[in-house]
Amino acid sequence: MPDYETFERDVLVIGAGGAGLRAAIEASAAGVSVGLVCKSLLGKAHTVMAEGGIAAALANVDERDNWKVHFSDTMRGGQYVNNWRMAELHAREAPDRVRELEAWGAVFDRTKDGRILQRNFGGHKYARLAHVGDRTGLEMIRTLQDHGIHQGIDVYMEHTILSLLKDGDRVVGAFGYERERGRFKIFRAKAIVLATGGIGRAYKITSNSWEYTGDGHSLAYDAGAELIDMEFVQFHPTGMVWPPSVSGILVTEGVRGDGGILTNKEGRRFMFDDIPASYKAQTADNEEEGWRYCQGDKNARRPPELLTRDHVSRCIVREIKEGRGSPHGGVFLDISWIKQKLPNSAEYIKRKLPSMYHQFKQLADIDITEQAMEVGPTTHYIMGGVRVDPDTQMSRLPGLFAAGECAAGINGANRLGGNSLSDLLVFGKRAGEFAAKFAKENSLGEVDNDKIETTAREALAAFERAGNENPYQVQHDLQEIMQHSVGIVRNENEMKPVLDRLKEFRDRANGVRVIGNREFNPGWHTALDLKNLLTVSEAIACAALERKESRGAQFREDYPNKDEALGKVNTIVSKAADGSMQVRLEPIQEMPDNLKQVIEENR
Amino acid sequence: MKTATFKIWRGDAKGGEFHDYTTEISEGMVVLDAVNHIQATQANDLACRWNCKAGKCGSCSAEVNGMPKLMCMTRMSELPLDRPITVEPMKAFPVLRDLITDVSWNFRVKKKIKKFKPRPPDAPDGTWRMQQEDIDRVQEFRKCIECFLCQDVCHVLRDHQMHEQFIGPRFLIHVAALEMHPLDTENRIDELRNTQGIGYCNITKCCTKVCPESIEITDNGIIPLKERVVDEFYDPFGWIWRTLKRLSDKGLK
Repeated sequence: MPDYETFERDVLVIGAGGAGLRAAIEASAAGVSVGLVCKSLLGKAHTVMAEGGIAAALANVDERDNWKVHFSDTMRGGQYVNNWRMAELHAREAPDRVRELEAWGAVFDRTKDGRILQRNFGGHKYARLAHVGDRTGLEMIRTLQDHGIHQGIDVYMEHTILSLLKDGDRVVGAFGYERERGRFKIFRAKAIVLATGGIGRAYKITSNSWEYTGDGHSLAYDAGAELIDMEFVQFHPTGMVWPPSVSGILVTEGVRGDGGILTNKEGRRFMFDDIPASYKAQTADNEEEGWRYCQGDKNARRPPELLTRDHVSRCIVREIKEGRGSPHGGVFLDISWIKQKLPNSAEYIKRKLPSMYHQFKQLADIDITEQAMEVGPTTHYIMGGVRVDPDTQMSRLPGLFAAGECAAGINGANRLGGNSLSDLLVFGKRAGEFAAKFAKENSLGEVDNDKIETTAREALAAFERAGNENPYQVQHDLQEIMQHSVGIVRNENEMKPVLDRLKEFRDRANGVRVIGNREFNPGWHTALDLKNLLTVSEAIACAALERKESRGAQFREDYPNKDEALGKVNTIVSKAADGSMQVRLEPIQEMPDNLKQVIEENR
Repeated sequence: MKTATFKIWRGDAKGGEFHDYTTEISEGMVVLDAVNHIQATQANDLACRWNCKAGKCGSCSAEVNGMPKLMCMTRMSELPLDRPITVEPMKAFPVLRDLITDVSWNFRVKKKIKKFKPRPPDAPDGTWRMQQEDIDRVQEFRKCIECFLCQDVCHVLRDHQMHEQFIGPRFLIHVAALEMHPLDTENRIDELRNTQGIGYCNITKCCTKVCPESIEITDNGIIPLKERVVDEFYDPFGWIWRTLKRLSDKGLK
């Protein structure tokens, strides 16, 4: 075997967004050596794109808020297929995780009495999101990064992991390459935390960057861990739709939290037309009340624009399909209308939503203080991911942990805005803590040289092929199919053939030819990412077919209603001995009485 | 459909040259779209960094027609299409490949800056109180997306290559954000003068001009820091006052 450079660390964290950084910080604070691998430069992960805020029941703005309300909101938003224990831990611990960021230098917007300010967001009963204008993710990642670099964490930037290495059942290392020279590296570790984020690049219209190819999902699946809830892909209701080059770029829900309204081409606020029964009691029934809510009136109920993302996306799709959309195939999102209410509305908008103002001004020639934006749904987030123990974040493979978007459980069938940043912090910390504990209790294992050799050979094969398949073209065609057939609106007739098509795509991926050499070659990187994209695409399609109902982010035309029995199960995807993908339904563990009561009290 | 010709620099540390590419231009397109399109269809191995494509991550820094820019925020409609558009890597850092430079120096510099050190919490629950008007300035500095365009355009780094003596505008702003943080108790003035080379900045404001986040780097950050350095080292009355205060603070403890 060639002599690959080998690194040894107690804990290896793969991914350096919010969850990965928080895990690395925690593990390092526990006194173990930590390596942190990331595909891009440090501080560029997708967390930086999060705009709205971090959901945490600090009760700084509304004293009625507490962890119980946050827990109930999260479960209702997730349509009760969430892992209730994760939802509980998340709601209880998020406030401390936010306060900790302040102690590490984060500078949140303030209330009048000098505390952390909180804003309204979809599905949250009270103003709950700690924020910094509309660039909260940048604040969070920079705070974690600047704190982390002083902790002695070894950061391997622009490195990509290709496979996990096992010793028996235990995960004891990872094999990958660095982009600069294209050299392979072996990482031996006593525990590994996956924090690789999402799968957005499986779809054509997405808010995700090139990095989000389901790496952690696929690495874990291949190594033998289980994936759950893969059918639940969140299509954020408001992505940019025009001009074409920016389609999919996110428009924060904060626009609606601060008073923005959705209208169709007739000028109608169509969100009032369909309010789900479970939200009737807490949703405004007239425009005046909705505005009062956005202005902080505690007696007002929230406007229907702040219903959960799954529902808002579907209403937008309905308007477009029925011919009431905007000129470029979206609907209108208008914050400029508040000039009827506020004398200094332009200043207010620029202060509350500076990066949205900037983004539309620069990329679309639209002044959002004067004009409506055109928006439509964009692939944003996957609720599904690696199945983990709710307390420790360990998968069923000893030594393999997962946190953040690539792990699953907390969000159920639909994630509330703002619950991702808090998820990253709460479960990033837990993963780091328990990975360090595991590392202290175990020694380094033996890495599997055969696996290393096979992975290296497969990775280099694309340089030697005679074929002429272009990796970018394969990725593009896959995105088209997933967008069209396993997108917002699904049915069996569309999805079944996708499974066969994916087999063809595997052949195409195996026939991809890469030009140039190994040094920083994006064509090669794109070719290597295809395998992961195909795995998660198959998992999404399989799980979506298995769940024969509509719930949260999964909308089935052929099963348009909820099925009570399916509300008590999760879909589980795993790799069978013969290498094929298996999907099964598994009952959700019964919720303890005290939590049932919390939900009852917050109906 | 309109077309545009690009001259994109291809090569590595040993050298390189401009290669010509022609691509179609659609409405609203930015330079990064064109580069990504060329990469996907004509030059799969064209190396460039990008992530968010919305001016929020600061990955796709390059020099477009000689100006330091984020490729994702540079609209094709801003550029004259009657002549080729040049795209080349940043000049203040060593080239790795094509549009990619080795920016690791920036990460090493940051590590040497003393970390945030807050005063004890104001409230029994471990929290602090700050007024919005007291943090507006720090929030302005914290908008920085670390694209390093300000480092690229700074003549001290770009022309004089004084990376060992001068930390550059990005990190002067980082120090300013820490020094002006209402909770911070650390003192970083000594290093600013002695090892971080604030004196090399002669306030030509090139950094401010290229900042995609419109941070007033020079006026709001560097100049106030220079004033603090002057106060600390060249003001004898201030020096006596602070020494006496330090001694009396120690005596009180």
